[in-house]
Amino acid sequence: MFRFLLGRLAVLIPTFIGVSIIAFSFIRLLPGDPVALLSGERVMSPERHAEISHQLGFDRPIVVQYLDYLWGVLHGDFGLSIVTKRPVIDQFLELFPATVELSLCAIIFAVVVGIPAGVIAAIKRGSIFDQIIMGTALVGFSMPIFWWGLLLIIVVSGMLQWTPVSGRISLMFFFPSVTGFMLIDSLLSGQAGAFQSAFSHLILPTIVLGTIPLAVIARQTRSAMLEVLSEDYVRTARAKGLSTFRVVGIHALRNAMIPVVTTIGLQIGVMLAGAILTETIFSWPGIGKWMVDSVFRRDYAVIQGGLLIIAGVIMLVNLAVDLLYGLINPRIRH
Amino acid sequence: MTEVTATTAISTDPSRRARLAEFWYYFSENRGAVIGLIFFLFLVLLALCAPLIAPHDPTIQYREAVLLPPFWEEGGRAAFLLGTDAVGRDMLSRLIYGTRFSLFVGVIVTTLSLIGGILVGVIAGYFRGWVDTFIMRIMDIILAFPSLLLALVLVAVLGPGLTNAMIAIALVFQPHFVRLTRAAVMTEKTRDYVVAAKVAGAGHLRLMFKTILPNCMAPLIVQATLSFSSAILDAAALGFLGMGAQPPTPEWGTMLAEAREFILRAWWVVTLPGLAILVTVLAINLMGDGLRDALDPKLKRS
Repeated sequence: MFRFLLGRLAVLIPTFIGVSIIAFSFIRLLPGDPVALLSGERVMSPERHAEISHQLGFDRPIVVQYLDYLWGVLHGDFGLSIVTKRPVIDQFLELFPATVELSLCAIIFAVVVGIPAGVIAAIKRGSIFDQIIMGTALVGFSMPIFWWGLLLIIVVSGMLQWTPVSGRISLMFFFPSVTGFMLIDSLLSGQAGAFQSAFSHLILPTIVLGTIPLAVIARQTRSAMLEVLSEDYVRTARAKGLSTFRVVGIHALRNAMIPVVTTIGLQIGVMLAGAILTETIFSWPGIGKWMVDSVFRRDYAVIQGGLLIIAGVIMLVNLAVDLLYGLINPRIRH
Repeated sequence: MTEVTATTAISTDPSRRARLAEFWYYFSENRGAVIGLIFFLFLVLLALCAPLIAPHDPTIQYREAVLLPPFWEEGGRAAFLLGTDAVGRDMLSRLIYGTRFSLFVGVIVTTLSLIGGILVGVIAGYFRGWVDTFIMRIMDIILAFPSLLLALVLVAVLGPGLTNAMIAIALVFQPHFVRLTRAAVMTEKTRDYVVAAKVAGAGHLRLMFKTILPNCMAPLIVQATLSFSSAILDAAALGFLGMGAQPPTPEWGTMLAEAREFILRAWWVVTLPGLAILVTVLAINLMGDGLRDALDPKLKRS
């Protein structure tokens, strides 16, 4: 296991360096003067330009600039936002819990609905259930989620008035952020109705963000399950007279879950991409919306820092998924 | 002995026609795939004949007919079958013209990433060694970013617009093709027929592209349909975020972005462009499933 971990790290470190080079070069690839872009000042005297250029270190050799950047990054310094003048990492840490909360809810939703749906489709293969489930899954897989979100807002928030349109919680509630997760914080605050408000704000974004992962998980579970169900040991278990529930639940599901776990892991990147759209539609104050807003505000320092942090997070999550995969499937370790 | 070679020759190298017939046999077994194909052909026709079919010019604004509902609703007019948008442009015509942009995006992005991916992937899988390591590390770097975020930032660098959106999406899709090609080339490279061709004196280029590549195409074709539909989705998403095609282009994602503020007042300006994206992507994905069944021998039974 230790060697497996080392092997993964040996790939991860050069990848991270590459990612940091991309983030570093990003600001220099933009059309226009990076000094002007980073300082946010449009008109500058040559002296002022030279001063800022020196401040930002642009007058040094490019390699030194990069190493300095990398040094800062490794110490948690991702630069200052051009618009708010606050450290990028602070803003990220402030907004990240919102995205994590939404993504966690979405992945739980996708798993809780997707795995049983896939199992039922596999057991009742060819039946009307199978066709409906797989048909729905294909529609979900093809869904433009930004439109799906608008549609849900029209029907559920607009016509039925069941859920709020945007935000994380009603403006009536004020309480300190303890964990950053609105569901937990609202419970801790002890205010009546706060949890319900937070929960109702989460429903639609969860469904929207969870739709594609749900479809992928259902499809993957079905095909993994079909494969496992045709194995000899399953036939043996059936021949012993075990009930379908036992055969599927105890014998087949565990092995069928191996590819499904990988699929779930792979969905993390998909989630973060989906969060960009979902958070924009529901005005969810997370990192997806933060990145989109920064693109529009031309806050290049935030884009640069955010890009690197998000890629770093995804790489760490992928590493964790790989390790988990190695744990549940010993064959992969060697 | 001669008999054996004769039969294997027939089974491994059937005529193009027989192969097509076999392909069609498996493809047509999948009802959804056939429906998808028919609908896709319909869309292609729509895109090609858009100026002939569309009742209005997609950019003309009828100032006296703003936000008209579809004809079956109260206040709708027969002249604007699916209603008009906030500045009085005919929805149906815009949707028909939108087909052009979406299919165009799909074709260009898939071609770019397919060709690029095959070139790079064949080189990586064929030569291995440091070339391979270098290429795969670069692909890992691209894959470390969420695809839509990377595309969004690339477009921010290159400038918003459909062309730049297509370039960005093609770049983001690249690694999948590279990985698939590389894996297929690596398994094929050690096969006897490749060794035989090598012994017969075939050069690197011939081995790479004439001997090995044709046998690696099946997974690539399946991936190509998948990226065709993802390209349409991503381009629409970028359009929706205001970073893809710019108004007044009748691109479906851009149309949705313009319609956002009317979601609670005029359902048709929001519902219809999204529905167009959904059915287009769905048709292509249905076709993709059929292609996979027909081309992937491992899955042929299930």
